Amino acid sequence: MAGELICHCRKRMSSGFEIDARLRIALDDAPVTVLFGPSGSGKTTLLRFLAGLDRAAAGEIRFREQLWFDAGRGVNWPPQQRRAGYLFQEYALFPHLTVEENVEFAATREVAQKLLDDFGLRPMAQSKPRAISGGQQQRVALARALAAQPALLLLDEPLSALDAGTRTRMSYELRRLLLASGVPSIVVTHDRREAIALGDWMAVMVEGAIRQIGPVREVFRRPADLQVAESVGVENLLPAEVLSREHGLATLQVGGARIQCVDSGEAGPVFACIRAEEVAVTRDAAQVSSARNRMEGSVRAVILEGALARVELDCGVPLVAVITAQSAADLDLREGERVAAVIKATSVHLVTHPLLQ
Amino acid sequence: MDWQAIWLSVRLAAATTAILLVVGLPIAYWLAFSPRRWKFLVEAVVSLPLVLPPTVLGLYVLLAMGPRSPLGALYARLTGGMLPFSFQGLLVASVLYSLPFTVQPVTAAFGAVDRRLVEASWCLGVSRAATFRRVIVPLALPGIATGAILSFAHTLGEFGVVLMVGGNIAGVTRTVSISIYDQVQALNYASAWVTSLFLLGVSFVVLALTYALQRRIWTVWPAN
Repeated sequence: MAGELICHCRKRMSSGFEIDARLRIALDDAPVTVLFGPSGSGKTTLLRFLAGLDRAAAGEIRFREQLWFDAGRGVNWPPQQRRAGYLFQEYALFPHLTVEENVEFAATREVAQKLLDDFGLRPMAQSKPRAISGGQQQRVALARALAAQPALLLLDEPLSALDAGTRTRMSYELRRLLLASGVPSIVVTHDRREAIALGDWMAVMVEGAIRQIGPVREVFRRPADLQVAESVGVENLLPAEVLSREHGLATLQVGGARIQCVDSGEAGPVFACIRAEEVAVTRDAAQVSSARNRMEGSVRAVILEGALARVELDCGVPLVAVITAQSAADLDLREGERVAAVIKATSVHLVTHPLLQ
Repeated sequence: MDWQAIWLSVRLAAATTAILLVVGLPIAYWLAFSPRRWKFLVEAVVSLPLVLPPTVLGLYVLLAMGPRSPLGALYARLTGGMLPFSFQGLLVASVLYSLPFTVQPVTAAFGAVDRRLVEASWCLGVSRAATFRRVIVPLALPGIATGAILSFAHTLGEFGVVLMVGGNIAGVTRTVSISIYDQVQALNYASAWVTSLFLLGVSFVVLALTYALQRRIWTVWPAN
């Protein structure tokens, strides 16, 4: 069944923070939508508007054929009627009930028993929530929400209560469970890796507004503006100027270098967004063919991060590259040495300079 | 010892506590969860018996229940009886007098229930009433028990309100505290002493029980 979630909510908080978020999700194209943004950008507030736990001052929410909220017409369905399963950050399991009683809380015995089996919760069915691990609590919370047969699942930072070690593994596990449930889901997170592991679509929220929405990789590769680029963690945001545009390529002046990128229509002062993993580092600058983008500079620091190495360069503008620790060792990079950074033209994405917006 | 008075006091305290649980829990729920800004006024009214002299409260209750008041007239028409100087009248006064002893601890206990648990229940499609019964009340049970015990003990020991509203009719309104006063007035010190000791013992046990509950000496529901 084709369906959309359309939400436009506005509210000024007592703190003065204003939320004004427009969101439109094609539920069948995007089984899992990530609501991404820095802390304090209003993600949880928006989720609470959707669940009916808080009320926006203006706007409307439509879910498929249902009008959940319309400030103008005074429509505001209570959470019970919306049937939007909500996973709280700390899971909010009922402490006085066993795992089994939690899952059965709003379900028939049959549905609950099946979920207990499907989610591997049978061995701890008679335990109290505080006696089981964080990952298990998360599964109980999800099973409890699904047992009530929700039309939509809302998950608020579902992995933040877990320790860093299990988080990545659990994010893939969570995606598998969400897809298997067949219930469209909106997951709030501020973690890039979680966003990539969990989502099909991603909506980026900055300062109370949805700035961009699209397929996850597309949003990471092509952020819509400088603030989105900053919040999705593009390491290199370089002030640049478009010098010329021809044959589908634009030529940029970046620091002391000229580089080319795919022409996307921008002109004049821009910001060049380049992901650190798209920057290669080479010692022998002459070897690089002149057709490729090359920025010469000196090594400022090499920081090992597990299997990867973060190389900070000074190419007139600061530039960060992430290469494997192995290639960093092969290159034997030392501080102050002259090297060249190589960037593919397709890896440079331009956003309008904020002063021109 | 005046067993008749003790039995009357126990009956009065038990009935008062039962009514207070029915009346006090919704008030406590409203005080704990309502977003209304003026609820402090209701809190103040509920707490008045804590500071008001029992004679003042008693006088107002007496006036409100009298046959010339609308309330008293209505009661007379419905039952053919009168509220002042009757057990039922005493019950009404006791409920008002002990209201804060139920409402305050229960409000605190409701307020201490994690808001997210309540919201989680709502999002599961469970109604507000069922959420109250299945989530809030079980989690606030120690506070509810405290409120019930305090109300029971407070009613057991009341004097001024009883004297104002109920008078001193043996077997009808002569509670244990009034019986002690009578015995002292009659210079019957030995009897007064025994009855007093009985009240002292009961009060101590009840308070010890209350504080033990608050410190969770016993868990209200079994641990894993």
